[in-house]
Amino acid sequence: MWLFLYSEIILFGGLFVLYAAYFHEYPKNFAESGRELNRIIGSLNTVILLISSFTVAASLTAIQRGAKRLALSLITFSILCGATFLTIKYFEWGKHIREGVYPNSQVLQNGPPGNNIFFGLYYVITGLHGLHVIIGMTLLTISLVFILTGRVNERHFSMLENAGLYWHLVDLIWIFVFPLFYLVL
Amino acid sequence: MDAIGMVKRQSFYETPSPAGLKGIWAWLLTRDHKRLALMYLWAIMLWLCIALLIGLSLRIELMWPGGTIMKAETYNAMFTLHGVIMIFLFVIPAIPAVFGNFFLPIQIGADDVFFPRLNLMSWYLFMFGGGFAIISLFSGKGFPDTGWTFYVPFSVTTKTNVSLTVTAAFILGMSSMLTGLNFITTVHRMRTKGMGWMQIPLFTWSLYATAWVQLLATPVISITFVLVILERFLRIGLFDPAKGGDPLLYQHLFWMYSHPAVYIMVLPGMGVVSEIIPIFSRKSIFGYKAIVYSSLAIAIAGSLVWAHHMFTSGISDVSIFVFSLLTYLVAIPSAVKVFSWVSTMYKGSIQMTPPLLLALAFIYLFSVGGLTGLLLGAAGTNVYVHDTQFVVSHFHFTMFGGTGFAFFAALHFWWPKMFGLMYNMKRAYIAVILTTIGFIFHFIPMMILGLMGMPRRYFDYLPQYATGNFLAGFGGFMIIAGVGLMFTNLLLSFREKNLAADDPWGGTTLEWSIPSPPPLHNFVGVPEVKSFPYDFSMVGKDAAPTIQTRETDERTS
Repeated sequence: MWLFLYSEIILFGGLFVLYAAYFHEYPKNFAESGRELNRIIGSLNTVILLISSFTVAASLTAIQRGAKRLALSLITFSILCGATFLTIKYFEWGKHIREGVYPNSQVLQNGPPGNNIFFGLYYVITGLHGLHVIIGMTLLTISLVFILTGRVNERHFSMLENAGLYWHLVDLIWIFVFPLFYLVL
Repeated sequence: MDAIGMVKRQSFYETPSPAGLKGIWAWLLTRDHKRLALMYLWAIMLWLCIALLIGLSLRIELMWPGGTIMKAETYNAMFTLHGVIMIFLFVIPAIPAVFGNFFLPIQIGADDVFFPRLNLMSWYLFMFGGGFAIISLFSGKGFPDTGWTFYVPFSVTTKTNVSLTVTAAFILGMSSMLTGLNFITTVHRMRTKGMGWMQIPLFTWSLYATAWVQLLATPVISITFVLVILERFLRIGLFDPAKGGDPLLYQHLFWMYSHPAVYIMVLPGMGVVSEIIPIFSRKSIFGYKAIVYSSLAIAIAGSLVWAHHMFTSGISDVSIFVFSLLTYLVAIPSAVKVFSWVSTMYKGSIQMTPPLLLALAFIYLFSVGGLTGLLLGAAGTNVYVHDTQFVVSHFHFTMFGGTGFAFFAALHFWWPKMFGLMYNMKRAYIAVILTTIGFIFHFIPMMILGLMGMPRRYFDYLPQYATGNFLAGFGGFMIIAGVGLMFTNLLLSFREKNLAADDPWGGTTLEWSIPSPPPLHNFVGVPEVKSFPYDFSMVGKDAAPTIQTRETDERTS
């Protein structure tokens, strides 16, 4: 599982390489586009993901100690956090798209090229990250069902552990994505 | 034979499958690494035959100037197909997926890989990827015609069905990554008692090094392919200079995977040769540790040389210098291996067999490929021969002369173990010689053509290139005849039923200590690990080594 997570990091690593190369080329455009993103909403999303990571970790400890009900509620809370994250992201994307900022849009075509690249990368990276959030939520839901049926219990908890690891990875990637786009100089 | 003996001899083909897994499902839902390996084998051999025939059609087209059997557009599609099938469906998976799956667990004394279900999933991903590749050919607006590299901007703007082909390559990449993950975990966690790191056979070592490269590099190509697809649908412009992008970055990302990938292709082949040479020299391998470390060195250094594909693409002089230097560094561990193999044979008791002949052809052809690689790695000469037939010839010497021949060698070497059957030696020799001579006839003219200045991927050429192209086409026919004979010979062994002994070659690694074909759980007793895997002091002590076949069929008696 650790090796698989590693490959996921490389997957995003390729995109971060692109980001680094283009940031080197268009530092000014990147900074100015970064200010168009809403930092408060971004921070809110970061906090939500961090809390959900904590609850997932707590649920693992809970199941190891045999507190099934507590574990169930903690996982449910984490899944809800994921859903909230996606909803906020949806409204954020929606706002940009209404403003005419989306791939191949007129606004970006006519603006400076750096802005186009910035938003292109923004959509690709956050989109891929969103996809990973959905996968992580699916894994957590499967663990939830397994806990209900008893296949995951205080002795066999590796399924939940792996789902949790994946969720932490999604969180970790966001920790990198957030400053790259929202807090760029 | 008594009852216990009967049980012991029962191979994994004969062991009844669990209830609910009858007939074809016993294969399609199996988690047995041996069955999966055989399913890979048939699929990969099919792909190889298809791609070889496509390659032949390309050479027939080029035998005479002007259009002969196809149009220029078809030609573009055909070389793309040839490249995509050969690279993604044959060369990369061939040795790890077939022989790695079959022999890696046996060589380390395990009864299966660490994640058997994941292994089955890799196989399905491989088949789905292959299926997608076929669908992409016959749907949309014609065959993809970008070459296997899918370079932007053409891959983003062409009307043909590139998206689906790229998806297929993405899925295949995932399959190879999961196989690599499985191998790493298996080598770490499943080694039998007493097998330390320096007791692991060299084939397993090379697969281990390969698996790391697969895991490290494949995600980069995955994301690159995702970007190509997104570009095609959304036109974001990440690689489009008009929109602020940079097409060079695509090449960087692409080769960041695809150069390490050539070591994914060749390292397992080197592992096969390292197994074959000591057995038929009856001499312990020269420099076991040197070979192990050079495998790792190739894996590491090979990951750092990607930009040598881009010397003419407009990168800075400093990076050309650095990447040229790094490229030269990779030659060192490769040469260490070649010297180790040759030194193993020195003063050995050499016994000629088809696998050994193939391994020797491998060493020769791969050395030529490696040395021409140095010519390409030098920044100056590279500019002269870049994108000519010389490059094509160079990588065929390493891919086909290297990995292809190693695959054939592995087939002949382990065929008796996998099926318990021995093939006809005489026909095998003829096939090997025919293939090798055909190979040289095919690719040496191309090398000369390249030095004369004939570019690659061209449909037509000037009259001065006619002789070389004709000869190359002639060699192509010889290769097809040789490979055809080789496969026919192997398949005929099923009809001839000439049973092979458990250890027909006098091998010392664990796979030769068990019955042929292996029983369901590989080992009947606890595997006995030697302190050194290539210790020939106990084998064939009293008699000159001979190829053994079983006189009577013990399984039916």
